[in-house]
Amino acid sequence: MAGLDESPTERSTRLLNEPWQHAGAVGGGVTGTIESVKEIWAHRQLLGLLTKRELKSRYKDSAGGFLWSLAKPLTQLFIYYLVIGQFLGAARNIENFAVYIFAGLTVYTLFSEIVGSGTGSIIANSGLVKKVYLPREIFPLAAVGSALFNFLVQFVILIVAALVIGTLSFGPQLLFGVASLVLILIWGTAVGILLAALNVYLRDIQYLVEVGLLLFMWASPILYSWQQAADVLPAWLLEVYVNSPITLSVLGFQEAFWSEASNGVPLPHLALRMLVAGVIGIIALIFAQRVFSRLQGDFAQEL
Amino acid sequence: MVSHVPVVQVNDVSKRFIIRKEKSLKERLVNAGRSKQFKEDFWALKNVDLEIMSGTTIGLIGPNGSGKSTLLKTIGGIIQPTSGSVQRRGRLAALLELGAGFHQDLTGRENVYLNASILGLSRKQTDEYFDEIVDFSGIRDFIDTQVKFYSSGMYVRLAFAVAVHVDPDLLLVDEVLAVGDEAFQRKCLDKIRSFQAEGRTIVLVTHSLGQVTELCDRAVLLSKGTVMFDGAPHEAVRDFRDILEERRVDEAAEHKEEVRHGRIVDTFVHAKGREIGEPVQPGDDLVVSMSFEHDGEGLENWMAALQIDNVQGQVVYGTTSKRLGFVLPRLRERRTVTFTLKNVNFGTGKYFLNASLMDVEGRHLHDLPQVASFDVPYFDLAVGSVHAVPEFEDLGR
Repeated sequence: MAGLDESPTERSTRLLNEPWQHAGAVGGGVTGTIESVKEIWAHRQLLGLLTKRELKSRYKDSAGGFLWSLAKPLTQLFIYYLVIGQFLGAARNIENFAVYIFAGLTVYTLFSEIVGSGTGSIIANSGLVKKVYLPREIFPLAAVGSALFNFLVQFVILIVAALVIGTLSFGPQLLFGVASLVLILIWGTAVGILLAALNVYLRDIQYLVEVGLLLFMWASPILYSWQQAADVLPAWLLEVYVNSPITLSVLGFQEAFWSEASNGVPLPHLALRMLVAGVIGIIALIFAQRVFSRLQGDFAQEL
Repeated sequence: MVSHVPVVQVNDVSKRFIIRKEKSLKERLVNAGRSKQFKEDFWALKNVDLEIMSGTTIGLIGPNGSGKSTLLKTIGGIIQPTSGSVQRRGRLAALLELGAGFHQDLTGRENVYLNASILGLSRKQTDEYFDEIVDFSGIRDFIDTQVKFYSSGMYVRLAFAVAVHVDPDLLLVDEVLAVGDEAFQRKCLDKIRSFQAEGRTIVLVTHSLGQVTELCDRAVLLSKGTVMFDGAPHEAVRDFRDILEERRVDEAAEHKEEVRHGRIVDTFVHAKGREIGEPVQPGDDLVVSMSFEHDGEGLENWMAALQIDNVQGQVVYGTTSKRLGFVLPRLRERRTVTFTLKNVNFGTGKYFLNASLMDVEGRHLHDLPQVASFDVPYFDLAVGSVHAVPEFEDLGR
């Protein structure tokens, strides 16, 4: 790099040989996506710092620190286990109900955090967006980073619980866990990036997202089994239901950490469905990034 | 001799802002059919062309809303132009707001790393410069305190310290030099000078015209989104003042001062032997004539006062008829008085005349602020409000 003690002549000679670059975001097409990815890669250290900042500021000045990030999912687990599992009797049909719920909750919480905090990320960082040029995708991506951290903490608990209860065994089914994580990351990021950009222009999005996330939680087999839904839903709606990437990720997680020891009925062709959802997800992600990059030109003036 | 190479090219850039008047989904749906009514176009920049050479310092000046900040943000890539393109090369740092990336809940140390990263330094480089940055800021004792407990001065110092250690080829500065106490401002200006000496390019948006003539090699005057003038700073500043003067006169014509019983009818200023409006040369005698009248029963013991301000609004001269020992007779019909200021030596720039009618206690009965103005031509040997021919001698040892 250029040192602080570079002479004026050296500087102008170096500048003369540097290529011209466009100020601001890069142009359209697939090449645009590649350029954007390169730019974000160049800012990866910043991405790490922003993620850390998000985590630190969330539990600032609290004695419990990040342990509080566990309070909500554990309470959810407790309530659902007791009310839905025992009072309403869902646990009678599903063995090891606690692990079943927690596997679904863990993966769904990841999605909902990515989308929830991703949507508000550009507005929350408006100070930076208006004053400094950065690839703006960094802000929703930092939301992904901090959501991933919380996910990891929950995941550790899930593993421990699965070990203790005895639903965890080493085998190829664990690959479903990895695939689920990848799938939910792709879709979460795509939705997060898209909504982050749209939310700048239409602030109603952030409220719609809250409602939508509540809806999607119940529209995936977290607290009941997919066969229960299959008994009620008409055939076409069932197809939509089981092929939603959220449902697939939830099922994948249950397959990996619960199914083996609990007589779970796997969804037919789960692996293939996940693969298809993954490919469509990547296309959706590229599309979302294109929309984002088109819209970001006017972020500074809309905020 | 340092060769200058182009580092920024602004090609035919226009920027349109659409001002929407509704924001929520409901409003948009309700007004979907007649959205035209709720939109307003505003061209912040119109066909701007600009080439900036390395190692130069350029001032962007213009009245409020002329598009200078928009142009700066366009160069910085923060705002995309509606049409046209901006190309640049080299490492960029934008100082549009000191501490833009600071987070209240992080410590000074964490914020230094975060902010340096935002401005493009790697972690390793920040490690290297960290001590230097902290020394420059002068707040080592507080570096591990959360920045929300900082005073605003400490905040700004730390932010500036980070910004100047980023090693930019091109530095964009927007008004930030106007913050902080005097010592800090001096520090900023010193740093800008050393940046200039190191061959860095600086683009400066400022309202301080003094800074433009002092720091810049070139000034670009913008008005209503178009480039009005591009060239020597003192000429740009002079043109700018003319624009401001026109605007002021227009505004003054719209809201005429409320007339009380006594009033100043008119005021003229010129140098003896020259026409009104001609530049005033150092050594001239300046003649100010004022006419007064009174509609009521007349005014005893009144006095005429004049004051001369420079463009920064500082008083550079003022006197009254009472100071000069005159007791004026009852004012009723129109009466004209003149002040002659012998052998005036004003420095380069525009000066404004304020006329006042006062009663014997010094109460202002009628003021005409900036009622007239005069220019003093450019003098390349010195700056400031006072004219004096400098001589220099090196006495050796």
